[in-house]
Amino acid sequence: MPIIEFKNVSHNDILHNITGSFRESRITTFVGPSGAGKSTCLKMINGLLSPDAGEVLYRGKDIFDYDISGLRKTVSMAFQSSPMIHGTVYDNLNLPCEVHGEVLGEARAAELLDMVELDASFLTRPVREISGGERSRISLARTFVHRPEVLLLDEITSSLDYVLVRDIERLVMRLQSEQDVTVIWITHDLEQARRVSHDMWFLRKGELIEYGPAEFIDRTENPEIRSFVKGEH
Amino acid sequence: MSFLQLGLSLIFVAIPLGLTLFLKLGLEKDIIIATVRSVIQLLIIGYILTFVFESDSVIFIILMILLMIAAASQNVVKKGTGIPGITAIIIFTLFVVEAVSMGILLGFSIIPAEPEQIIPISGMVIGNCMVLSLLFLNKFKDELVAGEEVIELILSFGGAPEAAISRSLKSSIRTSMIPTVEAMKTMGLVQLPGMMSGLIIGGADPLEAVMYQLLILFLILTTAALSSVMVGYMSYPKLFNQRLQYIGLRPSEK
Repeated sequence: MPIIEFKNVSHNDILHNITGSFRESRITTFVGPSGAGKSTCLKMINGLLSPDAGEVLYRGKDIFDYDISGLRKTVSMAFQSSPMIHGTVYDNLNLPCEVHGEVLGEARAAELLDMVELDASFLTRPVREISGGERSRISLARTFVHRPEVLLLDEITSSLDYVLVRDIERLVMRLQSEQDVTVIWITHDLEQARRVSHDMWFLRKGELIEYGPAEFIDRTENPEIRSFVKGEH
Repeated sequence: MSFLQLGLSLIFVAIPLGLTLFLKLGLEKDIIIATVRSVIQLLIIGYILTFVFESDSVIFIILMILLMIAAASQNVVKKGTGIPGITAIIIFTLFVVEAVSMGILLGFSIIPAEPEQIIPISGMVIGNCMVLSLLFLNKFKDELVAGEEVIELILSFGGAPEAAISRSLKSSIRTSMIPTVEAMKTMGLVQLPGMMSGLIIGGADPLEAVMYQLLILFLILTTAALSSVMVGYMSYPKLFNQRLQYIGLRPSEK
C-alpha cells in the first residue's frame, strides 16, 4: 500500500487532475520544468494547501481527517531557502518543539547535529554566522526533531555549490536509509534526480505526465519527457 | 487673537510658497490646498465646538465622538486593506479605546464630565489610536511579506497560527509603540508638548499645564498599547483558515 496517494487532485490553475502515489521508505523526486506545480504538490502533502478537487491520502486516509497539527509532525518539511529565526542554532532546532510548548533537550539537539555531521559546538552559534551549507544541514536536522515518517524537501540544494550539493545528497540518502523515512524531494536538477531517486514524478504545466521507478526518465517514449531530458525545455 | 493678526500669520504660508516657486519644487498647489483646507476645517470645528459647549447636551458630545471615530476609522481602514474584516476591527478598537479611556477618566473623576474636557481629550485619544493603528498596520503588512516563509515553516511543524505569527505580530506591536515611548523619554527636554504649550499660551499656570500634559501622556501610552494589541490580535486570525493554513493578505495588497 502506498504511503501517500493523490486522487484526482486539482488546485486553482496550478494542478490539473493529478493521480499518483508514493512508495514507503523510498526517495521520490519531483522533476519537471519551472511552474509545473511541484511545490504546490509538496505543500499539499504537509497540509499547507488543500486541493480544490480530489484528495490527498496518507496511509489510505484523507490528510484532513487526521489531526492536522499531529500529521505535520509526522510529515516534516524543509524549505528551499532554509528559513531561520533570529537566535542560535539551538533556538532553531528547538523551534518545532517550542511551537508545541515543549523543550528540546540538549542531548537530543546534539544528536540531531551529529546526524547531519555537525558537532555540538554549533548549538550556541548565532545562525547569522553559519555558512550556506551548514544552514542546509541544520534545516535538515530540524526536520528530524519529531522523528518523522515522511520528509518533504523543497529544492534544498538550489543555492549550494557542487561539492556541498553532493554532500547534502549523500547525507539525505544515508539518513533515509538509517532512519527508514520516505523522502519526497523537489529538484530542478535532473542529474541530481538520477543520483538520488528510487522513484520519480514528472510534472509539466500542472499535469503528472508519468511516475514510477526512476529509470523511466531515460526509457520513456513520452515526447515531453524526452524533450525535457534533452534539455529542450 | 484678532482676524487681522491671523491674516498676518499667512506670512508663514507665503515663505514656503515662495521657496517652492523659486526652487520649482512643484508643491505650490498642495500648499495652497492644505492651507485652505486647514482654515476651513478648523473654522468649522471651532463653530461646532462653540455650539456643542454652549448646548451642554450629552447627545451632541456623543455625536462629536462618533464623528471623530468615523473619520479616524475611514483613514485607518485604507491602510489595512488586504486584511479581511479590518473595517469592523478598527471601528471596534476605536470604540473600546475611547470607552476605556473615558471610563477611567470620568469614573475616577480625574476630569470633570464637561464637554470642554471630554471632546478635546477624546480627540487626542482617537487621534492617537488612529496613528498607532496606522503605524501598526504598516509594519505588520511588511512583516507578513518578509516573514511569510517563517510563518509557513512553523505551520509545517504543526504549530498553531498564533505561534506562526507571534514573531511578526510582536515585532509590529513593538515597532508601532516605540515612537510613543521614545517621545515620552525626551518630553520637556527637546520640545514642549502641544497641549501644554497651548495651555501656557492661553494663560494657564505652567504647573497646572504640566499636570494636564502628564495625564495626556499616560493616556496616550494606554491608547498606544491598546490600539496596537487589539488591532493585531483581532487581525491575525483572519489570515489563517480552519485547516491551519496561511491565507495571507489578499493578493493585490502584498
